[in-house]
Amino acid sequence: MGGYGEGEALVSHEAICFYLTDPKTGIIREKCHELKGKSVANKVLVFPSGKASSVVQIDGLFKLASNKVAPRAMIVKDVETVLIVSAVIAHVPLVDRLEEDPFKAIHMGDFVKVDADRRKVTVIR
Amino acid sequence: MHLTKEEERIFNGEFGEGTQKAMELLVAIGDAYDAEKLIPITRAHAASSGQEGDMYFVELLAKGGASCKVPTTTNPVYDVEYFHSIFGIPEKEAEVPRRVREGYKQIGAILSWCCTPYITENIPLYGEHVAFSESSATPYVNSVIGARTNREAAQSALAAGVIGKTPEYGLHFKGNRKGTLLVKVEATLKDEFDYTLLGQYVGKQIGYGIPVFTGISRRPATEELINLCAMLNTSGAVPMFHIPGFTVEAQTTEEAFQGDIPEDKITVTDKELKQTYEELQGASGKIDFVMLGCPHYTLKQVEEVARLLRGKKIHDNVSFWVCTSATAKFLAERNGYVDVIEKAGGHVVPDTCIDEPCWHPYRHKIGVTDSPKCAYYRRFKEAVVIRLKNCVDAAIKGEWR
Repeated sequence: MGGYGEGEALVSHEAICFYLTDPKTGIIREKCHELKGKSVANKVLVFPSGKASSVVQIDGLFKLASNKVAPRAMIVKDVETVLIVSAVIAHVPLVDRLEEDPFKAIHMGDFVKVDADRRKVTVIR
Repeated sequence: MHLTKEEERIFNGEFGEGTQKAMELLVAIGDAYDAEKLIPITRAHAASSGQEGDMYFVELLAKGGASCKVPTTTNPVYDVEYFHSIFGIPEKEAEVPRRVREGYKQIGAILSWCCTPYITENIPLYGEHVAFSESSATPYVNSVIGARTNREAAQSALAAGVIGKTPEYGLHFKGNRKGTLLVKVEATLKDEFDYTLLGQYVGKQIGYGIPVFTGISRRPATEELINLCAMLNTSGAVPMFHIPGFTVEAQTTEEAFQGDIPEDKITVTDKELKQTYEELQGASGKIDFVMLGCPHYTLKQVEEVARLLRGKKIHDNVSFWVCTSATAKFLAERNGYVDVIEKAGGHVVPDTCIDEPCWHPYRHKIGVTDSPKCAYYRRFKEAVVIRLKNCVDAAIKGEWR
């Protein structure tokens, strides 16, 4: 999914299920998730992969986008079909397979610019 | 991904916005997987769901003038008028399923409203390239039939149905269809419920992968395979498996692994199945509902429910539901099974999934089901997972102990 998005980095080492975020605020409410209580709204979300069934994952991200609380961009380690479809439906730029390991290069709170058309990520600290 | 001249024109919107949006989605997927090209498919199954994301995409395509190029079936989306007459559906809730149904009609899909189309309206042949979403459908057509599909989402399957093509990656290549780990089955598999437990356990253990099962000595029945597929791809993300000798792509274990037998191995004994069963148990006591048919019951399973209920009466406090396909319901009526179930106080309902808002009266209720998939969605306060026979006993007594 192409496009451009920028914002503060929110780094999750655990997989993300968008159905388990509050559709009105973007706050992660999944039990035991490392980012429980944090909001994905307008962030550049860095995470290893998506999870859960196609129906709930896509509907989850779509609802966030409808309420304008979706991430501005997503940086992912392992993509699969469902996550790509979610990004396309919700119009959220998505990049994967970056040259550098995003979990090493990006820290929580960095300002990140994602140019998904050119697969270029800029980190400002 | 390389596009032909015609594909390029679709991508640029020369044939309307509907096909353009469908093509954009296929290209995004193809690029992510480094697919070189699109390949023709013969059929698709879109796991429509009556949710907002689903509504957005089908309307986007339909209003943009797109229509299905190859036969494309649909998953359950409940019949608003039917459930309104029983439970009352608020107008606000009714809009989405109504519009989703209309959208799929407008786009020219086959309105099966069924999650097991691969045994009724949409049956691929061996080697066909297809795009099937839905948890039981993807592994069933790959493993049991030997057609080739990736683990699609509803929207990517619909886009493929509209374009008549899918990006060539993953399970469309023979080499990617080899087993990734061995599952030694030492447990006794008596019936379809044991296959449910097997799928639940193995899916949870392996997550993503292509398991190769050995030790299964009796040919599994259709219903047993459906349950295995559904649970492998719900508790895990398993798009395909092999049971050498019974599923079509491998006669031997060596063939299933394409000569490349991996180290990874898990063993399933009666103990693991018993543990899996125990994890699905909850409080015992009075029940409010029985929910069957996840995945949709086959005609044979509806017949079995009728056999168990013949001459019996379901407890007054218990609502008893059997979800099935429109095709199976039609034949079950003709064969008199529906009559037996209704006389006992139960309902046989087509077109409906247990994970839909129409079941709102049971949100705070306790019931039983024979499907862990049904319990997993958390649409109910509690759904204890037990064998069909026990579900029927509980329905008659009004309690499960």
